[in-house]
Order: sequence, then structure tokens, then C-alpha cells
Amino acid sequence: MPGYPELYQRDRERHPPALTRGYKTSVARSPQNALISLENTASELTGPRFGHNDIDPIDSDLLANFVQPGESPIGERILLHGRVLDENARPVPNTLVEIWQANAGGRYRHKKDTYLAPIDPNFGGCGRTLTDADGAYVFRTVKPGAYPWRNWVNNWRPAHIHISVFGWAFAQRLITQCYFEGDPLIAKCPIVNTIPDPDAIDQLVAALDLNATIPLDTIAYKFDIVLRGARSTLFENRLEGN
Amino acid sequence: MPQKLGYLKETASQTAGPYVHIGLAPGAAGFEIYDQELGWDIAGPHAKGERIRVEGVVIDGIGSPIKDVLLEAWQANAAGIYPHPDRAGEIEEGFRGWGRVITDFDSGEWGFDTVKPGPVMGRNGQMMAPHINLWIVARGINLGLNTRLYFSDEAEANAQDPILNGIEWERRRDTLIAARAERDGQAVYRFDIRLQGEAETVFFDI
Repeated sequence: MPGYPELYQRDRERHPPALTRGYKTSVARSPQNALISLENTASELTGPRFGHNDIDPIDSDLLANFVQPGESPIGERILLHGRVLDENARPVPNTLVEIWQANAGGRYRHKKDTYLAPIDPNFGGCGRTLTDADGAYVFRTVKPGAYPWRNWVNNWRPAHIHISVFGWAFAQRLITQCYFEGDPLIAKCPIVNTIPDPDAIDQLVAALDLNATIPLDTIAYKFDIVLRGARSTLFENRLEGN
Repeated sequence: MPQKLGYLKETASQTAGPYVHIGLAPGAAGFEIYDQELGWDIAGPHAKGERIRVEGVVIDGIGSPIKDVLLEAWQANAAGIYPHPDRAGEIEEGFRGWGRVITDFDSGEWGFDTVKPGPVMGRNGQMMAPHINLWIVARGINLGLNTRLYFSDEAEANAQDPILNGIEWERRRDTLIAARAERDGQAVYRFDIRLQGEAETVFFDI
């Protein structure tokens, strides 16, 4: 496709298939027909761009973006940081990263969440930021708690933060979930186990990063995100991030 | 052992879950946190072309509308140009080309206002009929589903469209055609998406 670098084919063996019976909701929400494969066109190889006028700096600080004056959310104070890279290990700069999560007790600030753990009056649970020139991002938040959900009667989600990333092409669009190193619920979770490849599951587990902690203040976890990479055959027309 | 290729692997997808609104549409989740939510204005006030409304429901394999879906749209302007830094001079000020909507918690209906896109150059010099790219995420959907919305009043262009013609089963092509109607003098396109079963919508691996 002249003018735009084409993407590597998505490795669908690494992603969860649509139908995963252990995750019950997928049974009625998974297409039965095979996907139709498209060669990339401008429709797939372009995507929305966002700038600093779209968001506020405080949007990346979940300890501050929904608090009463002089107060703070309850929970383990963490930094979640990492880089957005492509499969060629090149940084993806200036791309929008959005997160959402439950509070320290596993309760979401959502009118549909009726779990008996209480809402934290000082915690909203969403954040967003743009990656810098190196593809790096950082959020400040509380570590979310595990929570029960109606799948099998006694299913509990591991602590997780939902993450949405754009990249520079609509075909790179990705939503995933970040888990935390050492959580024994990860291996038990039907949603985690929709992913058939153990290595791909490991890639969703943020590592404790003592080098990035703020001593006596905030602990840190590192979570890198990899988006689809682009072929370099058309490098003379390369876009940012290729 | 051959040399290692050294590529990274794409991060695996996970479902957006039932509370996707908190992160991507917090106003709908019941709290105002951002000064500016993203994705509510696709075309902006200066876009040329016909103003249209697009609406529909997403239906599961039981035949029920899904009430916790988030859809994103990506489209060219009326001249068939996608917003891109290289094409900045050809894009109207305020035209983002991207939108984000959620389904109504009670009815499952979704809709957005935009301008009708123009035809876009495809591969090998073949013109693609006007279309809007859609991406669908929700609880129960492990990896976002991509589809395309085409327009019922573009029958001639649709018949020449290389993507539609690449669908081997002609009867499935109709699942990608939104039906035009007029309401209060405005064009409204109806596009119901069926995830599974009878008349299942075509989804693409892009």
C-alpha cells in the first residue's frame, strides 16, 4: 500500500480465540464464521492521533484526579510504568494509553457494580496519558483488589488494571489487562486462561520494579506493551513509530 | 538451532470487561472526571459532505441486544482522505475521523453523528466504496472485532468494492450494508451487528 508501512500479520495463536467456554460470556458473543483476512489498506494503516490539548496532566494521576481536597484514596500506592513498543522493539511515541480499574477493595465506581466492598470516595479509577518520545508512560494509582464475578460460582478476578492503547494504525488498536507479579489468582482465572500460550500470559504480568519505587512513598510495577510492528520495505515512507 | 529473529511478540488481548465505560466513557459510568471525554465528535463543525446519523444494536447468539458494548469508528472525510500528519492540508479543522460510542444500558441502542465518508483508494489502484471502519469490544469478546459499514445508497460503488468482493459468500456481503432512511430531513443509516448465528456479521482479520 503506497504511502503507509504495512503491519506484520497478527499472530492469532498468541491471542485468545473468540470462543473460550471457560469464560461463559464468550459462548454467545463469539462469531462462528472464520474471520475474513484483509490485506492492509489506508483504512487499517491510519488511525487517530491525540495531543496534549486532548488531556490534562493530572489525568495520569489516579491518586489525585478524583479526591476531596486534602484527602487521598485508601490502598497500596503504586506507580505503573513501562513503554509502548512495536514488534521491532521500536518505541511508539505520543500514543494514547488509557487505564481503568477497581479500587483497593475490588469495587468499581460503576453503577452496574453491586459488589458489597465499598466505594472509595477519593478514588475514580480511570486515567490516561500520552507516551513520550521514548514510548514511555507512567501512572500513579492504588493497587486494585481482587473481586468476585459471576462465571462459575466461586470465580475471582486477579488484581488487574485494564489498559487501552492506540498506536498509529487502527489495526494496532488493543485492549488488554495488566496483572501483578506473584498473584496466585492469575493461574486460576478463566479470563486469563482464554490465552492458550503460557508465554503470552507471562507477558501480561507486571514485574515489581524496586528501581522505580519512590522510597517511603510509592512502590512500582513495570509493564511494557507491544503493538504490531510494521514492515520496513517501505521505510522511505515510514510513519512515526516505524 | 538457527539464529533468533529477535522480534518482540504483540501483547495478547483481553476482554474489555463489563466496566469498560469507567475508563473510556466515565460519564456514562456515572461520574464526571475528565474535562473532556474523547470520541464524541467525529467530524467536527467544518467537515464538508453530507451530515448523517448511524445507529444500530449489537445482537448476541441468543438474539438479544448487548447492553455493555463499546464501539469505535474510524473513517475518511468526504474527500476520502484519512487524517494523517502527511495529509494535514487535506483535512478540515476539527475533523478527527475517530469516534467512540457505547450502547444504551437499557435498550442496547448505539448511534453517532458524522459526515458520510468519500471513496478511498485501496490496493493496486482499486477504489474502495465509502465505508466506516468499526471496532467492537465488550465483556465476552476476547479480542476486539473489526468490521466495515458500507452504505445502501452506494450500490454501484459497493459492487466494485474489492473488500466486499473478496467475501466469497455473496449473501454475507449484505451484512455490511447499512440501510438508509430519512428522519426529520436527515439521513439515518441503520446498522445492526450480529455477533453469532443467523446472518452473522462479517468480521475481518485486518
